[in-house]
Formats: sequence, C-alpha cells, structure tokens
Amino acid sequence: MTASPTGLALEVINLNKSYGGLLVTRDVSLAVKSGERRLIIGPNGAGKTTLFNQISGDLRSNSGTVTIFGTDVTHLPPYRRAHLGLSRTYQIITLFAGDTLEHNVALGLLGLRPARWQMWRTLASYGGISAEARRVLDAVGLLDLASRPVSEIAYGERRRVELAMALAQRPRILLLDEPFAGLSDAERTTIKSLIGSIPHDTTVVMIEHDMDTALELADTVTLLNTGRVIVDGPRDAVIADERTREVYLGA
Amino acid sequence: MRVGGALLVGALLILPFLVGDFYVNLASQVLIAAIFALSLNLLVGFGGMTSLGHASYLGVAAYASALLTTKYGFGHGTAAVVSILGTTTMAALFGLIALRASGLGFLMITLALSQVLWGLAYRMSGVTNGDNGISGLSRPAPFGISLESPASFYWFVLIVATIAFLMLAIFVSSAFGASLRGVRDQPRRMAALGFDPWLIRWITFVYAGFWGGISGLLYVYYHKYIHPTSLSTTSSAEALLSVIAGGSGTLGGPAVGAALVLLLKNYASIYIERWNMLLGLVFLFIVLLMPRGIVPALSSFAEKWRGDIR
Repeated sequence: MTASPTGLALEVINLNKSYGGLLVTRDVSLAVKSGERRLIIGPNGAGKTTLFNQISGDLRSNSGTVTIFGTDVTHLPPYRRAHLGLSRTYQIITLFAGDTLEHNVALGLLGLRPARWQMWRTLASYGGISAEARRVLDAVGLLDLASRPVSEIAYGERRRVELAMALAQRPRILLLDEPFAGLSDAERTTIKSLIGSIPHDTTVVMIEHDMDTALELADTVTLLNTGRVIVDGPRDAVIADERTREVYLGA
Repeated sequence: MRVGGALLVGALLILPFLVGDFYVNLASQVLIAAIFALSLNLLVGFGGMTSLGHASYLGVAAYASALLTTKYGFGHGTAAVVSILGTTTMAALFGLIALRASGLGFLMITLALSQVLWGLAYRMSGVTNGDNGISGLSRPAPFGISLESPASFYWFVLIVATIAFLMLAIFVSSAFGASLRGVRDQPRRMAALGFDPWLIRWITFVYAGFWGGISGLLYVYYHKYIHPTSLSTTSSAEALLSVIAGGSGTLGGPAVGAALVLLLKNYASIYIERWNMLLGLVFLFIVLLMPRGIVPALSSFAEKWRGDIR
C-alpha cells in the first residue's frame, strides 16, 4: 500500500454539482486522512448522497477534483475507482435479489479479480472466492443464510449484505451511505459493532442521520447544508459549534 | 435434467429414420431458427439489451456467403470464414454505436441499423439482385460429404446447433456470464464493484453477432436462396417473439419459441391464409397466460406437480 504524498486517503477540492439552476453541492472540499473515520451529517437535501455519488463516480461533477491516495480520479469511471480501493454501500439497498447471499458477496470479490473475464469456468467453481465470501458472511453473522436468495431475507439482514459486499473487497476507502437506515435498535447495535471492527487500514466515510449511533464511531465530522460545508473538524468541536446547532439541531 | 437432455439428443439424432423428408426439413429450419433465437437471447434475456435488429447478422452472413460463392468464385470454406469474420466485425462496430444508449434508445438504434442494411439489400440491385434475391446457390460439402439430402443436411445442422447450445450455455454460466446478469440487473452496483458494464455488454453483443452470423450461414445453405426479407424487421421481430414466448433468459426457451413460430408458419399456412393473424393470437395468448414464457411456466408447473405428489 503506497502512501500518498499528502498523507490523505481522500481529497475533494471545490466539487460542484448542479441540475439546471439547482446547485446540489457547492464548492465542497474535504480532506480525509488515511485511517480516519469521517461522519458526514446534514439535513435532508443537504447534498450528502450527491457528494458520495460524485466521489464514487456514479455522478459526473460540474467542476472540482476528487483524489484518492494521490491519484486524481475526477475523470475516471466508477469501476476504475473501485480498482483503486474505493468501495461503497447504497442508501437504497442495491442487491441482486434473485441470487443467493453468497453469490452477492462473491460478485463483490469477482469485481476486483481478473477472473471476472473468465468465460469457461463458473463463478461457483472458484473455491477461493466461495470460501472468502462465506468468511465475510460469517463475519456479519449471515453464514446460515448464505445459500438463501436475497429476496427471502429480512430488511435488516439485507443491510448487512450491503455492508458485506463492500467489506469483502477489503477497500482502502469505504463510503457508507446511511448504514443504519430503517433498522431496529438491536440491528443498530450489530451494525455499529461491525463498523467499529473495520480495520484501521481502511478509511471510512459515513453519511448518517442517526447521530446517537454514529457519532461514537467518528473521529471527525463534516456538516453539510444546502450543498455547502458549514463546519468541518474533530467530532466534539463540530458538535459544540454554534452553527451545527443552528442547522442541525433546529435552534 | 441430464437424462432428459440425453433422451432429447438421442431422439433428435434418429429423427430422420422416424419421419419423412418434409418433417426432417422442418426440423432443420427449427434448429437454424433456434440458433438464431439463442444468440438473440444472449442480448435480450441475459444482457437485458432488447434488440430489434438481430436479423442484420443472419442476413449479412447469408448475403456475404451467397455473393462470395457465386459472384466472386470463392470456395465454401473461405466464404464461410470471411462471412463470419465480416459479420462479427460488423457486430463490433454496431455495438459501438448501439451501446451508447440503453433501453428504448438501444432498441431504436438496432432497428435503424438493420433497416439501413435491408435498404441496401433492396436498392443495391447491381450487387444483391435487389428484390429478386440471389438464387442458384449450393450447399457446402464438408470433408467431401454431400449435404444435399434432407437427412444429411439435418445432421450437419444438428451438430452445429449442439455446439452452439453448449457454447452459449457455458458462456452464460461462466463467471463472465454472472457479471453479465449482474450488469443487466444492477448496472450501477456492478460498476461500483469494479466491473466495466460497457465492455461486458459490448463483448456479449459481438458474441451474439457471431452466432447470429452462424445461423445466417446455415439459413442460406438450407434455402440455397437469399432475399432482402431475411434482413427485414419482421425477421428480427419473429426471433424476438420466439425468445419472449419461449422464455427469455432461459437456455431452452428460445428453441421452444422458434419451434412454435415455424410450426405455426408451416402448418397454419396450409389451412389458414392469414396465418400471421393466428400467430399474433397465439402470442397474445402466451404472453397473457405465461408472462415469463413457455419454459419457465412449464418448469414451475412441473415443480408444483412434484410438490403435490410428495
């Protein structure tokens, strides 16, 4: 693993995205250090998910740059960014509903391996991929359901499969888009300890509304509102900041 | 499943000893249409790319072989290789154009490209003989074996169809096939996982064009005649109907659908002049009653029936 000259895992400079006259992100800049846990907060419509989509390449930016470990990826398609070590989860669960949990996670592993171009051998015949997929499913507590299709498992379990797919890729940067959305208290605790146990050679950037659960996981916090970065810094400083109260806590 | 497959292959092998020439010829046509529908199913069923221009590959390979063997005096072997290489190259170029879009846009581009070819076949009569078509063609004689009799030609087609079926089955079950299905279902997620959706679709498009070309060669060998109709939208649409009626995204479906279309064409046209109307009604019936197609409907029926017995 090469360190970037700046020591930053992810650097976003003056990123903009507009739809017609609507500015969704405005001059957003972020600097996330390697190994950092960054939480991005902000009210609905603040531009959080749009920012994620710009970082992952799902959306083209109007201007600005995105740099991953010193490599400018602004003009690279999403799959190239994945090969540089960027993985993400989706706020709206995006899984392969008809396929088994194991197949879903195996796809995550296949995506980064040359075997994805293999036109003779089946995916299931790759013992290494299969074993690794099952190991990751075991880590998220879903090994018993490995051969069930996603369409047959519960919502909270699907959230865990979302996470497992990204974790299986052993990303250098992991973007988590509302990993706690719609979960029960018990499920929150499970996901929280899962995220807490992600090794520190992975940098984690997380969007989350549920501050009570997410704050504890964060080193640093960025507050977005109407597409702009309002406050940015160490967790406690951002929470104590008056502007955070104004925007987020509804003062 | 294996036993069923072996029985089917066995029955197909001895077919010429069981039935007359009319049916042997009909079976050859069904197999050719099945290869064509299977190649289209690669796009429609496994790739989620609904094309209304697949006749381009059948027609161009057929015309190329016809022209090379008559006008330009090439032997069948060379003509076959050149036709298939040319058709596959054309698929590679068409893919570059058509895959700029998806969904309806993709459908319209494939339709437009095939219309251009159809127009050329009609209007460039100096080369293609236009509406008269090219007749007086011959069949190849691989290893000196004549394919003039219905039975020998049938076995030849059966061999090619079996290879085509196996090759396509291996392709869709492979790791690459898994990524193709993934790109069909969740292209965004697949890109985020490190797959290149465009390249996956393009490779599949070219491969489908290749097998479309193979079916075109067999088509022109069978009929010993080629006409612009083979490039028409009707020809593309019939294959698409075969795929949808039989069950898109299944391996057996397109073959069943192709058989249905040809049987209706050949039987119904004896009794009813407006057999197209009957074909339409049958398809309407299938789509309403078995929206996923004949093969998925039958297999879920069989499962239910087994379940009831237990």
